Amino acid sequence: MATRYEMEMIDSAARAHQAFEEELHGEKLIVNMGPSHPSTHGVFRMVLELDGEEITNCWPEIGFLHRGDEKIAENMTYTQFIPYTDRLDYLAPLANNVAYAYAVEKLCGIDVPVRCKYIRVICAELARISSHLLGIGAMSMDIGAMTVFLYTFKQRELIYDLCETICGARLTTSYTRIGGLANDMPESFIPMCRKFIADLPATIDETDKLLTRNKIFIERNKDIAVLSREDAINYGATGPILRGSGVEHDLRKANPYGGYENFQFDIPTGTVGDCMDRYLVRMEEMRQSIRIIQQALDSMPGGEWNAPEAKIVLPEKQAVLTKMEELIHHFINVTQGINAPVGEVYFGAENPKGELGFYIVSKGGGTPHRLKIRAPSFVNLQLVPLLCKGHMMSDTVAILGSLDFVMGECDR
Amino acid sequence: MQVQRPKLTFWERTYIPQILKGMWITIRHLPMKKFTRMYPEEKPKLLGDYRGAPTLVKDPEGRVKCVSCQLCEFVCPPKAIRITPGFRADQAFDSNVEKEPKEFEIDMLRCIYCGYCEEVCPEEAIFLKNDFAITGYKREELRFNKQKLLELGGVQPDSIWKWKYKGAPPPGTPIGPVRDGKPVEKKAAGH
Repeated sequence: MATRYEMEMIDSAARAHQAFEEELHGEKLIVNMGPSHPSTHGVFRMVLELDGEEITNCWPEIGFLHRGDEKIAENMTYTQFIPYTDRLDYLAPLANNVAYAYAVEKLCGIDVPVRCKYIRVICAELARISSHLLGIGAMSMDIGAMTVFLYTFKQRELIYDLCETICGARLTTSYTRIGGLANDMPESFIPMCRKFIADLPATIDETDKLLTRNKIFIERNKDIAVLSREDAINYGATGPILRGSGVEHDLRKANPYGGYENFQFDIPTGTVGDCMDRYLVRMEEMRQSIRIIQQALDSMPGGEWNAPEAKIVLPEKQAVLTKMEELIHHFINVTQGINAPVGEVYFGAENPKGELGFYIVSKGGGTPHRLKIRAPSFVNLQLVPLLCKGHMMSDTVAILGSLDFVMGECDR
Repeated sequence: MQVQRPKLTFWERTYIPQILKGMWITIRHLPMKKFTRMYPEEKPKLLGDYRGAPTLVKDPEGRVKCVSCQLCEFVCPPKAIRITPGFRADQAFDSNVEKEPKEFEIDMLRCIYCGYCEEVCPEEAIFLKNDFAITGYKREELRFNKQKLLELGGVQPDSIWKWKYKGAPPPGTPIGPVRDGKPVEKKAAGH
């Protein structure tokens, strides 16, 4: 039986025209913001309906950066998809790698050694710091405080140096593998990382001094885009946006994965749910991330960093070069991929932007039948029309800055 | 844990202390060591095992290490590698190697420097070197062929002596085709 669906897909230009025809009562003005506006952090377009300076309606437009990552995943092995996860939230590639690896490991039902978990924790927290430094820097720059951006970017550069040390690439890290890591953490990484987390609080304090008690910054952010607790939950917001609205929900605590249960840290929450709260939550999260990294470095266990799964993890190179069985395993693991069991699995990880989830449907074999990416930015951007209404045109930059989205992940 | 929302005092609401504080922080940054790098003149120091341009390497005896098993071609996520397998020109008896690539092409415009080719190579024939700023005027220039890749790769000593000996070769071993210590005649070429 054939079923016919009729879908109406209006592009934003047509929608702007429609709004012009229908709702333009002499005074209202339609403004296209983006897709290449400096405050939209990528290619994001908003059609704003203005009554004077006040926004009366807003239609966000996404999809300018669509690459079809989910479809690409269906055509390659699980391991081959790891470089594509770098390009989801490209401000925190390491955290994406970690989330994806845990998702596939959950599908296969394997556990990774403690050392691997700890290294992944350090990677994910470094990514969180990097993402929040950019989020705060870019937000304050959009509002008008240029200096903070320069200071936070200096620290981000040092995080990129750490990424380069640990995996050989600054942005496209591709560090994790299914059941382990691409390589062990090098020895030189630990002193570098210790020095970095010792120096970072100074920059956070400087940012704090420049912004938190700054009257102009407060007035640009206070009581702007207030998101109530109920709305935050109903819209499925996650990450600092949800916590800024006062919901104490963090997957690292609510559903501990990857050794997070071994670390002491607090979940910062806001009270009002405005842009200021979201900024304060991000500031505090960076401090908590430093705490986690400190603990992970102090209690870093030795030993293996790959799971003892010969059918999943690639054998050691030296063994591949000298032994026949390992060579055969190597070829089979690369060409056929891991032999994943039939089933469906969802894994959500607490990424800097919120809950990054991978929903994998497997029909067995080395490639996923379907791989759905629950991108936090995509869900959080739903809030834009809700938050923008009733505010001034110039508040949109503060709102977008406080939502801290990434279009690479939203459009995927 | 709830974050503390700032409550401004009257003095802070005048904005004067913020201006002074901001000035003080900025001035303190002035005498600091310059962090910016003058990039094209001043090259960055690469840290760790940097994943730069993929290259093909030869062993110390000048033989192409690649045996064209095409595993890198298979694993390459953006499909940047094209290999045309072929047989070695002279059927040397100094090794168990029969094949080498007739043509090996890496499209540097497609390459994403993920390092999977290096990771999967069972012969340690492909290495990611430190070159990171690869430019060209034409697309053809950036389609690196076998000759170019070997040129970039240079010589890489074997971590194990895989082809003939177990362990390091004995000192004074002749380089030419040898079997049981005697030079052997070349077999007729072709299969």
